[in-house]
Formats: sequence, structure tokens, C-alpha cells
Amino acid sequence: MCGIVGLLVKKPALRPRLGELMVPMLIGMTERGPDSAGLAVFTEPLAENARKISLYSGMCEEGADFNWLGLGHELKEHLGIDAMITSQGNHAILTAAIAPEPVKRWIKERHPKLHILSTGRAIDLYKDIGTPAEVATRYAFSGLAGSHLVGHTRMATESAVTPDRAHPFTAGEDFCLVHNGSLSNPYGVRRMLEPHGIRFETDNDTEAACRFLEWRLREGDDLESALQKGFEALDGFYTFLMGTADKLALIRDPFACKPAVVAETDDYVAIASEFRSLAHLPDIKHATVFEPAPEEMYVWNA
Amino acid sequence: MERMSFDLAQTPLRELNSFLHRDAPVKGVQKVVVTNPDGAHNIAVGLDCPVDVEVHGHAGYYAGGMNKTGTVTIFGSAGTGVAENMMSGRVHVKGFASNGAGASMHGGLLVIDGDAGLRCGISLKGGDIVVGGSVGSFSAFMAQAGRMVICGDAGDALGDSLYEAVLYVRGSIKSLGADARIEPMGEADLATVKELLDAAGMQHNPKDFKRVASARSLYHWNADADQEY
Repeated sequence: MCGIVGLLVKKPALRPRLGELMVPMLIGMTERGPDSAGLAVFTEPLAENARKISLYSGMCEEGADFNWLGLGHELKEHLGIDAMITSQGNHAILTAAIAPEPVKRWIKERHPKLHILSTGRAIDLYKDIGTPAEVATRYAFSGLAGSHLVGHTRMATESAVTPDRAHPFTAGEDFCLVHNGSLSNPYGVRRMLEPHGIRFETDNDTEAACRFLEWRLREGDDLESALQKGFEALDGFYTFLMGTADKLALIRDPFACKPAVVAETDDYVAIASEFRSLAHLPDIKHATVFEPAPEEMYVWNA
Repeated sequence: MERMSFDLAQTPLRELNSFLHRDAPVKGVQKVVVTNPDGAHNIAVGLDCPVDVEVHGHAGYYAGGMNKTGTVTIFGSAGTGVAENMMSGRVHVKGFASNGAGASMHGGLLVIDGDAGLRCGISLKGGDIVVGGSVGSFSAFMAQAGRMVICGDAGDALGDSLYEAVLYVRGSIKSLGADARIEPMGEADLATVKELLDAAGMQHNPKDFKRVASARSLYHWNADADQEY
């Protein structure tokens, strides 16, 4: 069992309140997912040539005492990069006018235990083990601003409880996916993707779905075509919620084995595994509430 | 004390359910109004006295489950397994219901004004289900006894491996499950549909419904079927 939540605010004036509106949604899914939690928030995109990289030091020996300032100095010294690093304990967001691949390669060589959570112009990603309330407090989720976000609470069934196996999973740039369910053919999907040069970081089944869909998008499919291929290639139980720089997308397996409910008003679209995570939202009593159908695509634009 | 109110934003669900189980029968309470259900699970389960429960808002999983003598009306939607294993009494959902509505019901009447999700009436063992909207795939799977009236459409594999339950469908059926077949409507069927629509407060012409029942070919092992049905 796991919990998923998603929130997209339709009015720019609500963007500063995105995190504050979402935290009770995430905490509402604690019973479905008490062991880890995470979210990806999509902000105003950076300039074309700039990137931000979310980093996690919790698996390094230094943990939350990781020397982020030192990392900035090293980047300047080794790669000649002026990076802005905003850190919060074991988490940091590195922003710079860079091509991200050389920087990511350098990080993996120089700090192999430093986990790269996400890369893009709009995405910031946080995930860690702990209850949703603990993780939300650890990273001050209630202060997050942005147009939309994707969140997850985990009750692990398919792989161990570690920070890198928490959701959201990400691949490529400005793409993330959360999953409630379990896939029956993740190793088949991995064996199909690996000859395309696609590398996996964990043994988690969700990572296979995430990398499959991102691969389709990178090969030129639009989101709808990629999701259609997902229906054909991915077997098992799933409600998937995905975020891109300007969209939220939701699909459920043909058996609708895992729940989802949507509430929509003039101000927001909110998605959760269960209504109890939506009950606190403003004007919820007048929202249009519906259950998304199996094997249908639901895409909302930010 | 004839009427009690519980605001679940203020009162824990356990207080409501323990009141319904312990106090309501003794005190002769006739009506209990529940506000701010906010998707909580197990609202008004296992009612064992003739009480009328109104839920104003959206209910979570298993609302009205195992009901024996109560009447539960949900002015909103219901989550997974509404009225599951109901023995008798009545549960009425004014909005839509999620998966497994009326699963394994033995008796009573479940009315859903909106759509029902997948597996509605799965393993039905008795009682009646009336759905004003459509039902999802695999509804009435292995339904053994009882009746279902579906005013909208049915999804895939309706009535797969049916026993003696009978289904009436007004709209289209995406596909029938193994051993389910469409049969002609007799006088008794028209009367049944009218009776159930009246009980649910819905108005349709019984002549617009199709009857779906078991062909009973799965009742006996057929070695020549080679697993093809």
C-alpha cells in the first residue's frame, strides 16, 4: 500500500501557498504510507541555459553535516562553475548556468554517495525515510511555492526502505513519477531498456516505469503517446501520477486495483489516493469530485 | 432522545460507532446525523438496531458494511466496499460509489444514485443492488444469489462465472463474462425491475432492461472444453 497526492493551482496568486495546501494532503496519507515520503515541486522555470539539481547527502557519512559550502568551492575549482547552493540539512539545490551532464558525472566520481534526486529547469525534489509529518517538517514542505507538485507516502512492498527507493522517482529532466501498486514485469522492462543505454540506480519496480516513460518522451512521444505505450508495456497494479514542467498526468491500471480520487474547483485540481487527503482543501464542499476511470489518461496543464 | 448528531471534525469515529452499537439500541435513538465524514473509513458499520443514519459528505471505505437492521444514507460519494457484507436493511449512496460496492452482500437493498466502480456486487450472496448510473468491469463476478438493476451501462466481463444471481441492465454491456448470457425478459422480470426501481425511487421503463443470467455451463466440469469458455 502507498499514498499518492498531487496538487495543481490554477491561479498564480495561489502559487506561494502550494506547500501549505499540500502538507495536510501528504499527512492524510500516513496510514497508507508511514515509512517514507517525498515530493517534487515544479516552480517557475529557470532560463534556457540554467539548471537546478536536487541533492541528498543522507547516504554520505557526513549526513546532514555535509559540507555544502565546500562542494561549491570544489565545483569552482575543478569545473570553473559558479553554482548557487541552497542547503537544508541533508538536502540541497544546486543552481547554475550549466550543461548538467558533466556536473552530474563529476558529482558521481567525486562524491559517489551524494544522491542526485532530480535535474531540470523547474523541478525540485525531496524524499527521505520517516513518517510524512517528519519528512514534511524536515524539509519545511509547508513553505514550498510553485504551480504544481507530486507527492507520495510509502509502505514498501517491492524493495527495501531506503531514501533512494522512496518516491518520487525521476529520469531525464523535469520529469517525475509516483506509484501506488506493484509491477509484475519490472525486470522485463529493465532488460528491454538497458540495451538503449538506460542505467538504473535501484532495484525498485517503480524506477522501471519511470525510466520507460521518460525514454518514450525522450524518443519524441508526446505525453499521451508515451502513456499509451505504458499501458501496453507495463503489467501489474498501478496508479501513476506524473509531473512535468507544465503538466500533471494520472493513469490507473485496467483493473483499477489501486485507488484515486480527484477534486477540482476554479482554483485547483487535487488528486489523492483517498478523499480523506482532500477533505481539508478550501471550498472542497463545492468541488467536482470524481473517481478517475481505469485505463484512461488524465492530463492537467499548469 | 430521538435524534443525535456527530460532527466527525470534532468527535472521533469510534465514539460514533460505539454509540451506534451500544447506546442507540438501549436509548431507542431513531436518527443519527453525521457531519464532516471527510472520507473516514468504517462509518456506521455493523448496525444492529433499527436506526436511521444520515452521512452528510463523502464517506471512506466500507461505509454501512455488515449492516443488519439500519438505514444508512450518504449525501455524497462512498469509497471502496460500501455496504460490503450487508445482511439486511438499506444503504443509499446519493453520489457515486467506488470499487466493490455491495461486495458479498447477503441481503438488504443497496441503492447508488450515481455510477459504481469496478467489481460492484462481486460475490453477491443475496439482497438487491440498484445503480442509477453505470457499473465498472467485473461487476457481479461469481454472484451467487440476489438481484442487480443497472440503469446505465456495464463494463467488461459482466457477470463472469455467475451462479443464480440475476442482473438487469438498461444500457450497453461492454462484454459479458464467462457463462453469463442475455435472456428474454418475462413478466416476472418486468415486475422485479419495477419493484426494485420503485424501492430505489428511480423512474425507468422496465421494458428497457435486458436480463443477464447464468448459462450454467460451468456448473459441471467439461473435460472437452479445453479451458475455452
